[in-house]
Amino acid sequence: MRDRQASAPADVAVPVGAPPPVAEIGAEPGPPADAGGQVALRLDRLTKVYPGASRPAVDGLDLTVPRGELVALVGPSGCGKTTTLKMINRLVEPTSGTVWLDGVDVRSLPVHELRRGIGYVIQQAGLFPHRKVRDNIATVPRLLGWPRRRIDDRVHELAELLDLDPDLLDRYPAALSGGQQQRVGVARALAADPPVLLMDEPYSAVDPIVRARLQDELMALQRRVHKTIVLVTHDIDEAIKLADRIAVLNVGGVLEQVGPPEDLLREPATDFVADFLGEDRGIKRLSLLRVGSAALRRGPVVGTAASADEARQVMAREGTDWVVVCAGDRLRGWVGADELDRVATVADAEPRRFAAVVRADTTLRSALDVIVTSRSRVAVVVDDPHAGAAGASPDARYLGILTLDDLAEGVTG
Amino acid sequence: MTAPLAAAEPLVRWDWVRDHTDDITAALWEHLHLTAVSVAVGFAISLVLALVAVRWRWTYEPLAGVCSVLYAIPSLALFGVLVAIPFFGLGFRTSLVALVSYTLLILLRNIVAGLDGVPPAAREAADAMGYERWRRLLQVDLPLAVPAIVAGLRIATVTTVGLVTVTALVGMGGFGDLINDGLSRDFPTPIVVGTVLSVALAVALDVLFVGLEWLITPWARARGAAAGGSGRAEVAT
Amino acid sequence: MSGALGDMWDYLRSSEAWSGRNGLPALAWAHLRVSAVAVLVAAAVAIPAGVLLGHVKRGALLAVSVVNIGRAVPSFAVLALLLPFSLRYGFGLGFWPTIVALVLLAVPPIFTNTYTGVRDVPADAVEAAQGMGMRGGELVRRVELPVALPLVLTGLRVSAVQVVATATLGALVGYRNLGTLIVTGFTSPNKGRMLAGAVAVALLALAVDAIFALAARLLVPWRRKPGRWADAAVAGPDGGAAPAAP
Ligand SMILES: Nc1ncnc2c1ncn2[C@@H]1O[C@H](COP(=O)(O)OP(=O)(O)OP(=O)(O)O)[C@@H](O)[C@H]1O
Ligand SMILES: [Mg+2]
Repeated sequence: MRDRQASAPADVAVPVGAPPPVAEIGAEPGPPADAGGQVALRLDRLTKVYPGASRPAVDGLDLTVPRGELVALVGPSGCGKTTTLKMINRLVEPTSGTVWLDGVDVRSLPVHELRRGIGYVIQQAGLFPHRKVRDNIATVPRLLGWPRRRIDDRVHELAELLDLDPDLLDRYPAALSGGQQQRVGVARALAADPPVLLMDEPYSAVDPIVRARLQDELMALQRRVHKTIVLVTHDIDEAIKLADRIAVLNVGGVLEQVGPPEDLLREPATDFVADFLGEDRGIKRLSLLRVGSAALRRGPVVGTAASADEARQVMAREGTDWVVVCAGDRLRGWVGADELDRVATVADAEPRRFAAVVRADTTLRSALDVIVTSRSRVAVVVDDPHAGAAGASPDARYLGILTLDDLAEGVTG
Repeated sequence: MTAPLAAAEPLVRWDWVRDHTDDITAALWEHLHLTAVSVAVGFAISLVLALVAVRWRWTYEPLAGVCSVLYAIPSLALFGVLVAIPFFGLGFRTSLVALVSYTLLILLRNIVAGLDGVPPAAREAADAMGYERWRRLLQVDLPLAVPAIVAGLRIATVTTVGLVTVTALVGMGGFGDLINDGLSRDFPTPIVVGTVLSVALAVALDVLFVGLEWLITPWARARGAAAGGSGRAEVAT
Repeated sequence: MSGALGDMWDYLRSSEAWSGRNGLPALAWAHLRVSAVAVLVAAAVAIPAGVLLGHVKRGALLAVSVVNIGRAVPSFAVLALLLPFSLRYGFGLGFWPTIVALVLLAVPPIFTNTYTGVRDVPADAVEAAQGMGMRGGELVRRVELPVALPLVLTGLRVSAVQVVATATLGALVGYRNLGTLIVTGFTSPNKGRMLAGAVAVALLALAVDAIFALAARLLVPWRRKPGRWADAAVAGPDGGAAPAAP
């Protein structure tokens, strides 16, 4: 394990494909059947009773984490999320039960070696205040005795991967913003390219805007490096956004439900899970779907040269009182029925810009938000990386339209 | 012990100072030597005590208690006791034991406070990344405790410089010998010279430590006052 | 050593030890008297000054300087310097030089602890008090001083212990106290008196320390809960212990 992770560059660390279905709960004791196979991490009846505590912090937890997946642990404060995470890298020793890492009982490894092979990211980043950013990132490679050249190369590689300005490398952590510190924390955890990453509320100490950006970065990063990640959060939206699967814990470390976000949102197994997901469960499901994956309607489209009559026919066919105007496949704007009276072609009516513009990779939830805040009932979908609140660029490619009815179907369908 | 001072006697006779530069230099070296050895020995002992106290928490109270008792014994009384023991007698050993015993409480408290002040997140991160216990101590805990440790060293050193003047009574006094000499001859010049030089030495060593701390804690400079430093008022305990 | 212990035992059993102006009771009383006066005078100077500067949150540099210089000036040297002047201006041997040296010793810890304690009263507590209409003196009396009290008491305690220990040096300039037993013992082959004097001073210092610890416990009940009192006395990274001991 050490050799492979030490030599593999970040983005080819672990071979992945679509993870095949995995047995949800391993009830039988003993090593997992597929040691070294698709299951990276398995918690087997993991229990922790802190000395002097009357009830367990974690109670008989079974959980399987497939290789290359991000599993989010969510639950109310004090339900044992952190405890569970720390039992994986043995910062906390379980009272009973076993953690299997690649089919190996973690207790059979020397604790320092185990930890050097598992990345760990915590809320306040936990950077060493007395070391420059570059030395913080180099911590584990140094512990592993990498040659200096290789460490330098790796530090720069990570700085690039995490979008850290090279100037920052020679600063001390005190001179970084919260978001930058958190990125350095992630870089440090990834430094020796560990196959497994544990993250404990990594983004709860930064403001919502930075948090959203860091989450996006993590998703982009994960698409490249395919780590096996256990992420603790009590932000259910963060879990829905990032996780392949979500495990909901109840107080006392009892597992209530585990599964892909869609499954949880569609069919919460217990009232507790339903409560925890919140009353706007349906709306939350929208954040799992992208505009491009919904069947886009072509909508009432006419060319710039279309006559007023042609435009009226299209409106009648589509049941609208407006048309989309395109030049070829480029979006020009829209024209309303009452503007057609005085003109020969729609181009003469000077098409107006859409108030609501979304992209194919926008989530349905954001699309709903865009539509509602623009006070229209429809958003235009374009293929334009810069589309956003300011609208689309003049030659954005037109993909279709999205109406409130389409969104409603996304929730119920 | 003393006779009324001749009214005409000036505070400082500069010709005496000129004639005794050798004595003054010798006193300076003796003063420095005693201070350096005492603080070094005291630091070594308190570092060990502090590590024990941090590792086994329950030992802290008893250890600090013993050091408090040592601290509360007046130097003169300690000299009195030690001089009576043949192994110590008059001279270096007695001075050293007394001086070291006064540094222990100050240093122990500051080292422990420094180690306790290491940010828990940094400590947890170090553990999670696979530091062995000793390596974490050397590479994370102790460096981060440096400001507190240096604060303790400053107080201990300045205190020791002052105390060395008293060790003149057991025959090893640095500038204290000058003071003692002046006192017994009713002659103010050596008293003034000894006092001024003793204060100057204390201030110089204090400044030296401030500079040392500045040198070895570059991270504390990263964000000015936010990182703390030597400028804050000190709280006596 | 055992010889000296035996001598001490003999001394303690003699009537000389318990009566007359060289007896332990008389010397201990003189010792306590000079110490108490010194601490009271120091407190009368240092506490108002510390409160005032702490209240207006100015003078950090002054505070640091007072402590550092105070710590650097050896009490022994002060005594030696003052003696000739005391004689020249008719204050005589002993008491007055001793008092001055001890006051100088006692001021820094009381002053800094008061200053820091008042200055560092949580801003929200001060604002809440101001919101309730408290101003100036009332704010100091009803909020800042009570909150700073633990630190002030710690400063007094440190000063008192040092003063008791250092008063011993007064014997060198002719102020008769427990130190006299020690000083005369240096030159005597019989170490019994010296040892008795040393033990007596140490016990006295520890007793004063214990009394102040107890007083703090009684006067500051709200500080008792979280952990040990002794630890409340530990200053932050910059703090540490006290200025020049004897
Ligand atoms: N070191 C410890 N000693 C004793 N009890 C502990 C310890 N750490 C945690 N606990 C207890 O175990 C339970 C679970 O704590 P844990 O930190 O795992 O919760 P969490 O789910 O991470 O909560 P949060 O969301 O607030 O971080 C809590 O009741 C907590 O008080
Ligand atoms: Mg937690």
